[in-house]
Amino acid sequence: MAKELVEFRNLETHFKTSAGTVKAVNDVSFSIREGETLCVVGESGCGKSVTAMSLMQLIESPPGKIVGGEIIFEGKDLLKLNKKEMSRLRGNEIAMIFQEPMSSLNPVFTIGKQITEPLLYHLGMSQKEAKARAIELITLVGIPRPEKIFDSYPHELSGGMRQRIMIAIALSCNPKLLIADEPTTALDVTIQAQILDLMRDIKSKMNTAIMMITHDLGVVAEMADFVVVMYAGKVIEEAPVLELFRNPQHPYTQGLLKAKPVINQRQERLYSIPGQVPNPVDLGDNCHFHDRCEFCMEICKAKTPPLRTHADGHKTACWLYEEEGQAQ
Amino acid sequence: MSESVVQLDKQQNGAGGEPLIQVDNLKKYFPITGGVFQRKVGDVKAVDGVSFTINKGESFGLVGESGCGKSTIGRTLLRLNDKTEGTVTFEGQDLHELSKSELRKMRTKMQIVFQDPFSSLNPRIKVGEAIGEALVDHGLVSRKDVKQRVIETMKICGLAEYHYDRFPHEFSGGQRQRIGIARALIMNPEFIVADEPVSALDVSIQAQIINLMSDLQREKQLTYLFISHDLSVVEHLCNRVGVMYLGTMMEMAPTEELFSNPLHPYTKALMSAIPVPDPTLKRERIVLQGDIPSPANPPSGCKFHTRCPMASDICKQQVPEYRNMGNDHFVACHFA
Amino acid sequence: MDQPVNRTEQLQEQLKIVKAESPWKIAIRRFARNRLAVIGLVILVIMSLICVFGPLFSPYTINETDVSNKNQAPNADYWLGTDKLGRDILLRVMLAGRISLTVGLVATAISVAIGATLGAVAGFYRKYADTIIMRIADIFLALPTLPILITLGAILSDLKVEPGKRIYFLMLIIGLLGWVSLARLVRSQILTLREQEFMQATEALGLRDNRKIFRHLMPNTIPIIIVSATLGVAGAIITESTLSFLGLGVVPPTPSWGNMITAANNLIDFRKRPWLWIPPGLCILITVTAINLIGDGLRDALDPKMKNR
Repeated sequence: MAKELVEFRNLETHFKTSAGTVKAVNDVSFSIREGETLCVVGESGCGKSVTAMSLMQLIESPPGKIVGGEIIFEGKDLLKLNKKEMSRLRGNEIAMIFQEPMSSLNPVFTIGKQITEPLLYHLGMSQKEAKARAIELITLVGIPRPEKIFDSYPHELSGGMRQRIMIAIALSCNPKLLIADEPTTALDVTIQAQILDLMRDIKSKMNTAIMMITHDLGVVAEMADFVVVMYAGKVIEEAPVLELFRNPQHPYTQGLLKAKPVINQRQERLYSIPGQVPNPVDLGDNCHFHDRCEFCMEICKAKTPPLRTHADGHKTACWLYEEEGQAQ
Repeated sequence: MSESVVQLDKQQNGAGGEPLIQVDNLKKYFPITGGVFQRKVGDVKAVDGVSFTINKGESFGLVGESGCGKSTIGRTLLRLNDKTEGTVTFEGQDLHELSKSELRKMRTKMQIVFQDPFSSLNPRIKVGEAIGEALVDHGLVSRKDVKQRVIETMKICGLAEYHYDRFPHEFSGGQRQRIGIARALIMNPEFIVADEPVSALDVSIQAQIINLMSDLQREKQLTYLFISHDLSVVEHLCNRVGVMYLGTMMEMAPTEELFSNPLHPYTKALMSAIPVPDPTLKRERIVLQGDIPSPANPPSGCKFHTRCPMASDICKQQVPEYRNMGNDHFVACHFA
Repeated sequence: MDQPVNRTEQLQEQLKIVKAESPWKIAIRRFARNRLAVIGLVILVIMSLICVFGPLFSPYTINETDVSNKNQAPNADYWLGTDKLGRDILLRVMLAGRISLTVGLVATAISVAIGATLGAVAGFYRKYADTIIMRIADIFLALPTLPILITLGAILSDLKVEPGKRIYFLMLIIGLLGWVSLARLVRSQILTLREQEFMQATEALGLRDNRKIFRHLMPNTIPIIIVSATLGVAGAIITESTLSFLGLGVVPPTPSWGNMITAANNLIDFRKRPWLWIPPGLCILITVTAINLIGDGLRDALDPKMKNR
């Protein structure tokens, strides 16, 4: 197995609200290996984006704050770096693309200016070198006529093109890790297919590790090597992709897989997980899924299940698989 | 209810039923204005000559990507926009010929459920009032019975009685969508347009709303026009499906027929583009090249030819005829 | 049927945590948490109470001249001194406050009434109504306000309108010139609201126009009306003071903060008798600042984009 590139150790990111403290990321640990695509799946509010933002240290403070844990990137704890060191890392060794390609490009600058900026800033290239490299990058992300695109403005491009440009900017400094936060959610399916293809292609060409955040299990199945499932700020299951889809252990993961209608597999009635995501304020010491779970036991309401390995590389946080749970 | 009975129900309600809505050559253009004097410089052809029929008790699905005009059809069908050309007939009456008061009466028979659970409810109106106000305004139920009716409807939609006095901001997306459904349902409409009702929701909540909608259809013999960009949702919920591209109907067939035997290259590409939650499946994917052209300036001939893997010269010059291939399967492609 | 009962119970569980609160209550709570705005409110309330009830406790009367006590510096009898006719400055400042505040409130009420109605009509009916109203608004916007006010003030002086009645004309004039910005705000708000899905729902439900306007549209414009009106009061007080200072608004013997500052025009009064013009000047400064703080606080509290903080 490849070397670990990033390791989250007991990360805690909290947000202060008038109603109380929201533990958006609550004791989260997992790691991303070099050249691997790791997908973080979960529904809105489960903390998947906040985990990525914590890694980039782009949490707005206040109200947010990383209150505990470590994020080890190539042996260094990112949370101990100062602002300057972190900003040198950001966009250089760790790059990020977002869901909304419209709002992440500045409308008043040309595409060329926005791609060359990190090249000039991080790599200290000359204008001429930067332009050559930018055109190379635009070609790499599959856009025809790169010279023309170099001089155009964001509003002249479609959503799919803009997302390609975002990827080009992210790749400009050969990052070791690319964080993609719902990169295809705002796009149409046929365009989504193009972007996913492109990302797979880039991964194999450049051997970049990808941390992909998504709510779509279909995308996970297509892209991931390894999957982390989050619910209410906690990792509830993690496994290699084949293992997870073949043998989902946590009732929430099982429910998610059953709840999604799949093309050409028509059922009379969809399985649905009852209820809804719990109020994130002041969650107690229990399994946060217990009130929606059909296998709920007494212990689930009283104690948080630990995330433990139950099969090769497959971790689950559920009392069903613990001796304490079995005893009941 | 056992599965076989459900199947039977569907067949009876399906293609064999009598038509409730007939759309004939419907066109809706939005003018583009430009220059100092706001002169018209062109048209966005959002809907460009679409015809179809929805039978009583059926649920008809419209799928397509952004800009294909599916939402505009839904709104023009209910006369929330004016049409540019063509006719929409509801129970034999041309909706766009009705006077304002006749239309108002007709409104009780057809309703809409919106996509965005946040902007579809007025933030300053309590849920109970929002659901019941149409009953009061149309004078369908006496004032003292309104609350009773509202609470009944709320319960049918999976809401509780004490939600009556709450404000929309106190609800999650899924619950708001239930409120929107209750609001549409309370007048006992025959026909409901559901405009992407689940696309803004999380997967686990999506399933709840889809189940609710199919339960309601069975219990109340509703007719749906279900608009979605998600083929898998449409396949689950609809008896018949139409696939649209740039304001034109490309293919239309009963659900099983369409999914087992797609004829149009666009339909095929659309189906193969959906990521399937099965990592062992390595499919031959058809990845379409390029972007969706602008509906303000659609390609000549077959509108799909710029992205079609099968396109030839005839596609650039001639608009393919929209024709019946048997089994109620319609398609607009030179090669089908 | 699988779970409806179960489902409802769970919703119940969930919602026990969240209290029912109307958007207005939330706004009040957010306002209360804004320290500056609350300070502004307290100052304004104290100021108004002093102006309204203070004169009742004064041993003097408004036009009582006492030449033996003219131009007194502040002392135990006359807390803020007296003017050249021996009138008590404190009493005059309080009475002037009544007038300035009244002019501000009434003038704003007039411009809100006009602005909100015209803006709503333009936004809801669009087409001709919109074109006509907005062109009239453009004309009003193109008029230079101050010269017009000065001209109108001069006309009032020419017509020898009694000082007591001048106030009413003044309110009307300031009100009539101030409606344009609010009309535009309300119009654009209504145009935005029209596109919201809940307004399309009212159309699909076949609701009557008056229900759409008064139950759905208007309540959603009230926040911007409140904010704009609050800031408008401050503006109207300044306008009134300016005119009165120039001798074209409220004229003596009726006191107003503006015409009291006129004392500063006189070099001797300016240098030797600061008690004549500092108190009314401070009053204007404090009142207008307080109102602006309240206005900013209200804007933050009522802004729907700010989530429950």
